[in-house]
Parts: sequence; C-alpha cells; structure tokens
Amino acid sequence: MEFSLESISIEERKELERNVFMGTLEQLKAWARSNSLWPLTFGLACCAIEMMGTGASHYDLDRFGVMFRTSPRQSDVMIVAGTVTKKMGPLLRRLYDQMPEPKWVIAMGSCATAGGPYIKSYAVIKGVDQIVPVDVYIPGCPPNPAALIYGINKLQEKIRYEAKTGKRVTGR
Amino acid sequence: MSEERKEEGKALTDEEVEAAPPADAEREAKLKAAAEARAARAAAKEKADAEAAEAEPPKPKPPSPKQPELDAIIALLKREVADEAVEDAYVNELNGDMPTVIVNNTHWRAAAELLKRHKQLQFDYLRNVSGVDYETHMEVVYHMVSLSSKREAAVKVKTEREDSSVYSATPVWATANWNEREIYDLLGIDFPGHPDLRRIMMPDDWVGHPLRKDYEPLDSEV
Amino acid sequence: MIRTEELLLNVGPQHPSTHGVFRIVVKLDGEVITEATPVMGYLHRGTEKIAENLNFTQIIPYTDRMDYVSAMTNNYVLVHAVETMMGLEVPLRAEFLRLIVMELQRVASHLVWWGTYLLDIGAMSPFLYAFRDREIIIDLFNELCGARLTYNYMRVGGVKWDAPPGWMDKVRDFIPYMENKLQEYDNLVSGNEIFLARIKGIGQYDAATAIDYGLSGANLRCTGVDWDLRKAEPYSLYNQFEFDVPLGKKGDCYDRYRIRMEEIRQSLRILKQALQQFPEGGETMGKVPRVIRPPAGEVYVRIESPRGEIGCHIVSKGKAEPYRLKFRRPSFVNLQILPKLLVGETMTNLITILGGIDIVVGEVDC
Repeated sequence: MEFSLESISIEERKELERNVFMGTLEQLKAWARSNSLWPLTFGLACCAIEMMGTGASHYDLDRFGVMFRTSPRQSDVMIVAGTVTKKMGPLLRRLYDQMPEPKWVIAMGSCATAGGPYIKSYAVIKGVDQIVPVDVYIPGCPPNPAALIYGINKLQEKIRYEAKTGKRVTGR
Repeated sequence: MSEERKEEGKALTDEEVEAAPPADAEREAKLKAAAEARAARAAAKEKADAEAAEAEPPKPKPPSPKQPELDAIIALLKREVADEAVEDAYVNELNGDMPTVIVNNTHWRAAAELLKRHKQLQFDYLRNVSGVDYETHMEVVYHMVSLSSKREAAVKVKTEREDSSVYSATPVWATANWNEREIYDLLGIDFPGHPDLRRIMMPDDWVGHPLRKDYEPLDSEV
Repeated sequence: MIRTEELLLNVGPQHPSTHGVFRIVVKLDGEVITEATPVMGYLHRGTEKIAENLNFTQIIPYTDRMDYVSAMTNNYVLVHAVETMMGLEVPLRAEFLRLIVMELQRVASHLVWWGTYLLDIGAMSPFLYAFRDREIIIDLFNELCGARLTYNYMRVGGVKWDAPPGWMDKVRDFIPYMENKLQEYDNLVSGNEIFLARIKGIGQYDAATAIDYGLSGANLRCTGVDWDLRKAEPYSLYNQFEFDVPLGKKGDCYDRYRIRMEEIRQSLRILKQALQQFPEGGETMGKVPRVIRPPAGEVYVRIESPRGEIGCHIVSKGKAEPYRLKFRRPSFVNLQILPKLLVGETMTNLITILGGIDIVVGEVDC
C-alpha cells in the first residue's frame, strides 16, 4: 500500500502522530500476550481458594484479561497455588510440559515458593522452582488477592520489559 | 452429654433393652430377664474384682458415673468372646470419662463383631481409628459411639512393633477401610482381612512409614 | 443390549471439578461407570508428623491449613481438645466469640460449596454470587484477626483478639443481608428445572449404609438420621441456643443440597441469638499456664464442622508437644462411600455426586 505523508493536511498529520506508536514486532507480541494471560486453574491447596476469590466478582481478574482455563493446552501461565508434594511433583512437571510456548509460572504463596510452613515435612517439595522455572514469587500464606493481582502485574511488566530490551529478567 | 447415669449396672441394662426395638412382648420379657440376670452376675463379679483391687490403695475419688457402662462392656466381652479378651480396662477421666477397653489382639475380630451387633452395646458408628507408635509397641485405637443411646467407648488393640498386625475391622465397620489403609501407610501396621490394603497417602514406591518414631527422612533439608 | 469396549478414564488430579488435587480412575462401559477407584495423597503434607515436634500453640496454624474452607472450626477442635485434657475454663466472652466466628465460618463454607457445586454442574453465575457474599464474612474475619483465610484466631484458653469496636454491629447487619440473599439464591437456583433434574435421586443411599460408612454432616443427615453434634453431644454454648437440625428423607444429592441451604439459615438464627446474649465485658483469655503441658493421657474430642464430625485425638506424655496427634477428618471419611455410589452411574453424575459429598482435599489428605 502506497502511503505518502505529504498528501495529508497538517491537522491530520498531528492527529496521526498522537495515535500511531512505533515499536518492534516483539513489543507488539508482548503487549498482546501480557494483556491476555490465561492461567491454568492449578489449585493445589489453601491458595486455590484465594485464587478463586480473586477470580470471582469482588476482585475480578477478568479486568486484566486474565481468564482461567481448565486445560494446560490453552493456557500460558501456570499459577501454582498451594503446596506441591512429592507425589504431585511429576504431574506438575507434566502439565507444565503440556503448555504451549511461551509460558510462565507464578509461584503463589510460601509453600510453592519454598515449602512454607511445611518445610519440615517428609512429603513436600521445598519450592516449585525445583521442578519448573518460576517467573514471579508471591509471598504470603495465603497471599491476599491484591497480592496475586500485583504478582500478575509484575509478570506483565516482565513480559513487556523482556520484549523491549531483549534481556532476561531471570535466567532460566 | 454426661448425664447422671444410674449407679447400678442393672438399671442401666434395663434402659438399653427398652431402647432396643422389641420384636414382640414375650421375647422382650425374656430378653429383659436374661439381661437382668447377666447384669446382676456381671455387677457382682465386678464388685468383687474392684473390691479386691481397691483393698490396698485408699481411693478418695468417687467411682466415675461411666463405670457401670465400662463394667457392662467388660462383662459382655468376657462372657461372649473369651475370658482373656480384655487385657485391661479403665475410665479415661481426661476425656469426659470415656470407657476404654484394651482388647487382646487375637480376640479383636470377635470382639468387634460383638461391640457392633450386641443389643446391649450397639456401637454402630465408628468415629475414628488412629494408630499410635509407642516405641515399645504399636497400638490401634478405635473410638466408637452408639447413635441410639449416645454412649461412647474407646477400644485399643496392642501389637508388637515389628511385624505388627491387627485384624481388620473393615468387614464390621466400613468406616475402617481407608483409616486402616492410612495407618498401614504411615505406621506400617498390617491389617489381615482388609479388602484392599495399599498405600493411600504416599506414592506406591515410597520406602518406610513416615509416622513411625524412628523414621529417617531422606532429604537433607528436613 | 449393545456392549462397548471397556474404557479406563482418569479424572484428575488436575481437574477443575475435583475440588483440588483428587484423582479418580473410572472404568467405563459406554457412559456407565462399572468401577471407580479414588486415588488421593496428592496433597498429603504430613501435618501429623510435623505436629509431633511443635507445641500446641504452634500447631494451631497447621489446623487452619487442613480444611482451609472452614479454618475456625479446625482451630476450635484442637484448642478444645487441649482444654479438655487440662480442664481449663474458657471465659464466657471468648466462648461467645468462638461460637460467633464458627457459625460465620459455617455460612462462608457452605457458600463456597454452593458456588462451586453449581459451577461443577454448569452454572457460572451462582459462583459469583456466592463469592460476593462470602467476601463480607471474609472481611469481618480480616478485621477480627488480620487474615482472610488462615485465621489462627483461637488459643488454648480463649481467643487471641477481642472484637474491634463496631464489629458486632457489622455482624448484626450481615444477618438480614444474608437472609435476603438466601431468598435470592433460592429464586435463582433452587427451583430450576434443569438443576433439579440433575440432582434429584442422584447418589442415593439409606441410613444404614451411611452409618456403616461413618458419614457425618449433611451426608448423614440427608438419610434422616438426626445426628448433629451441636445437638447430640453439645459442646461450646450450643445448648443455650434454639435451632433446628434439617433432615432429609431420600438421601440423594437434592436432600444434601437442601440441608446445606437450610443450615445457613439455622446458623444465622444461632448468630442472632448469640449477638443478643453476647456479654458486655469480660476477658478473652482464661487463666492458662505459661507453657501448655497437658497431663499424660489421651483424649478424643469431636465437633461439628461444616463438613461433618471433625475429631482430634491427642496422645500426650505430659510434654509441651503431643506424642501423637491424629485428626479425624470428615472429608476423608465421607469420601469413602464414593466408589460405592458411582457404580452404575453415568460419567456426568460423577461430578454431581462428588460435589454433593462436599470435600476439601486439604482435609482428605491432611
């Protein structure tokens, strides 16, 4: 398509400058991805109730384009909400492998971060980062819904930052 | 729940018989007479036993209101199952005077049947099964209640620490099924007669029984 | 009759309708289940072992995380067990506060059940309604003890915090609000033809089976057995209040649904009376020794949680830590009947029946 800036009036040109953004394709993709994060409903324990609460009417995660999917094949972020036990670990990895690229992981709550109150348990994996790479850790037992929303915002920020600078925020 | 119980075993058994649904008047009368005679015998025997036991230590405390209940259970177990079926029995005062009976392991199966089915006891609702590792021996504790008369009892069965096994109560109370599987998984007590004794909480290839006192977890962090 | 090839289908552990990480392996003949094997332990965290190395005050937070939908009743069963062993007196004000939070928790827990159950069956909006109203209770708890889900509110001998000024009024305002909302729920769902067709006559069992399997809570009462521990073996202050125990007749999912909805109403009724009788002043902590050391011996106490009879069996050797701590978890015991109920049902009814039992996997696995 031919497009010459000379053929348009000055007013139209000013209007265009206000409405057209320049950027790379990577940034465009990151913008789209970060605003439609579809998490896998991966409720494991107590944090799952808070995650449900965040998705429900009061906190309304849909505002951020975050819609829970029940299949790993349709989701791009896994919110690990709860204690990961040694029996669950291999299954968690399998679900992660089933998710299409690009994919991110949020470790919600202290159990998923580092074992939390169950650090001394014989049956619990001390931190989900031993099995899958984690992008955002949210502290709390369980984290407040506001904290989960903040964590999701941080992930969005990370996705955009990585696309813009080409740098990795955390090494994988 | 601890209403004033009648002090005599006899009066108590009368109550129970009345609570049980009567088939017909004649049978009821017969049952009543039999129960009275039984209870009287039991009471007499227990009295003698108790007197013998209490001869040396002076006991300032009055006997617990649940003592007759316990005596009735002991008498029945001794008469219907075997004399040595009851190893020990006491009223657990910490727990609102819970009648507690320690049943001999070899007689547990028959005792369980009796506890559930006998008209006088009717412990039809098994509340809880827990396993305890006492380091010298293992113990399985059954807490039961009769929904009709609201009477409770705790029954303990002792077993050795190595090769421990207690007869399964699952054929008697279906509640015991998963509870026993859990005890098998976490404490390593075998339950012969259980329909499906597998690990329930831990993965199938797990080594060891975590709730045992000598369990050494493999990960260094623990 | 056409026979199809036998199909082995694995539902869970990651399944949106299993309420957590619960797995069930079903053998199917066409769409009809011929055999069902539940597999659990995906959330087994070893609470009982951890508790053996902690003192009793430190164990309270772990009870929160067991049945995380009704943490207050779990708190209560532990502190009640220790108080029973030590023969401690709880001040009246503390006991009232405990009772009020337990009943609020029952309402909140039933709301979670109601929302998720309908979500399982295929209705999306009730979930949003239920969580909207539950949020009010959560805010009340948040104000009371600073946590939304895991409260750690009760202590041996009393409660940690007194109610902040104005809190009681908020609870008072909540009761008529909730009563109105219940009416709204009933209008929205309870008479819905599709809903009724999905739950009436499904998952039926009789009283003898329920007792044999040791079911408790609404799962037992739906068969007509009048056994609510608040009435049958009253603990706390429940014998001071007037309330009814709703009973079912048929023992199907519909009866369980009705009972739980009615239990919310009865809880509100108890709350109303409790707020009227709430003592003006008084302590919130009784006289408790500095180190809580129950005498050697053992105790089993049980209370009525929203899911049924939750019990706590403590074996003490006179130390500050329990020698053995075992929880009788209602979800774990109630779930045992599931394989029996599923045989002969269709695959769609699996979710209806499982949801109707009302399990929390944190409690099943402990």
